[in-house]
Amino acid sequence: MSVPTNLKYTAEHEWLDIQGDIATVGITAYAADALGDIVYVDLPGVGTVLQGGEPCGEIESTKSVSDLHAPADGEVTEINDAVVEEPGVLNLEPFKDGWLFRMRMSDSAALLDAAEYQRLTDSQ
Amino acid sequence: MSQRTPLHEVHRQLAATFTDFAGWSMPVRYTSEIAEHSAVRTTAGLFDLSHMGQIELLGPEAGVALDFALVGRASKIGIGRARYTMICDHDGGILDDLVVYRLADQHYLIVANASNTSVVHALLKERATGYATTIRNTSSDWSLIAVQGPAAAAIVDEISDLDVAKLGYYAIDVGTLDGIDVLLARTGYTGEDGFEVYCAPMDSEAIWMALSASGKSRGLVPAGLACRDTLRLEAGMPLYGQELSRDVTPFEAGLGRVVVFDKADGFVGDAALARRRDDGPLQTLVGLKSLGRRSPRTGYHVLDPASGEQIGRVTSGAPSPTLGYPIAIAYVSTAFGATGSKLVVDVRGVHEDVEVVALPFYRRNTRSLTT
Repeated sequence: MSVPTNLKYTAEHEWLDIQGDIATVGITAYAADALGDIVYVDLPGVGTVLQGGEPCGEIESTKSVSDLHAPADGEVTEINDAVVEEPGVLNLEPFKDGWLFRMRMSDSAALLDAAEYQRLTDSQ
Repeated sequence: MSQRTPLHEVHRQLAATFTDFAGWSMPVRYTSEIAEHSAVRTTAGLFDLSHMGQIELLGPEAGVALDFALVGRASKIGIGRARYTMICDHDGGILDDLVVYRLADQHYLIVANASNTSVVHALLKERATGYATTIRNTSSDWSLIAVQGPAAAAIVDEISDLDVAKLGYYAIDVGTLDGIDVLLARTGYTGEDGFEVYCAPMDSEAIWMALSASGKSRGLVPAGLACRDTLRLEAGMPLYGQELSRDVTPFEAGLGRVVVFDKADGFVGDAALARRRDDGPLQTLVGLKSLGRRSPRTGYHVLDPASGEQIGRVTSGAPSPTLGYPIAIAYVSTAFGATGSKLVVDVRGVHEDVEVVALPFYRRNTRSLTT
């Protein structure tokens, strides 16, 4: 499974597209595939203060439900209403139209690069 | 390492995602489980169920031995017919649910859940002591392929020497598919019309390919265990390990009708089951329709909305692909089990409103039961 090299990753299978102090956050194709068809997404509201590593939402598929973890400390600035309306986008375009929310990062976070994330998923 | 079915390489070439199920590596989905679910409801799906266990009984007293060992009356099953039944413990607890096929006057084929097959086999041998019958675990002699959905009859008919229009629901016959010897049964676990094909493991790939070819123009898709679970849930069919277990009798599960009491030799569990029948079950299995978007899941607590007290437990739950809202099956105290009751489920700390509804959630149009 290809992992875009321009993004950063967490061990919880989230990706971050960092531009200045704003990060766009989503889940990886590996995570979406493991969950199966995603039918419901619960996202943190705009203004929510996030703590890196803590649960901040839920992603539910026909088979299971899993927590969405905040990838870094910061504050939610925008959420993707389209993915809330049509969660199946997460399976089709996890790295593009399936982005979940944007956040202003208040601190640098320990993140993985694409090669490190690829090694993580290869070992799972 | 998990066991693999003879079709493992076929699934791999179809890019299946695999899951471990009862010690077997099985396809959980090939593409999207919602698409596979929808195909079974509208056209047809092709399943590898070779993990299921088979036990065969031969001999003049095979039927009466089963009458004693199981809750149903196998000796009255007609030749070429099938019956859904259960094997219970002395206290009435369910040890497995089974389909029993009578292949000939003195020949029965029992299909057990993969995880229970060796236990069921051992118990049948023990309970059949003194009866003129031989009992063998023949699981390795059989592969099982199911084709399920409204197009299943046409798909099977095209490559079978049997007239499938004459094969009734819960009937089984010896025949061929694409010239290969099979047992063809009109049974399934999806709530749709469909067939289960028992064949020699060495023939399973040829059967799979022949069904795929016949189904190609009819919308047949390979279908994994993920959609099998949502299909059976919509159809209100219980799953051993979730709705059924040693902790409940057929009466709690709403399946008291499978228990036949007036048998000459009695049967294992009869006294306990008669008491449960007469006293009435303390819990009842109900359908829940969720009024929110988050689905109740296995093990979640069902609460009385007035008091907040736990009055039940969810056994299975998922967002229903056909109905578009979450559905669940739960055991609740009998007092709360009336259709229309408003209850709540604790979904990871948040109380979601649910309503008790009649099972099944989904019922096919039975006019489709012809070719």
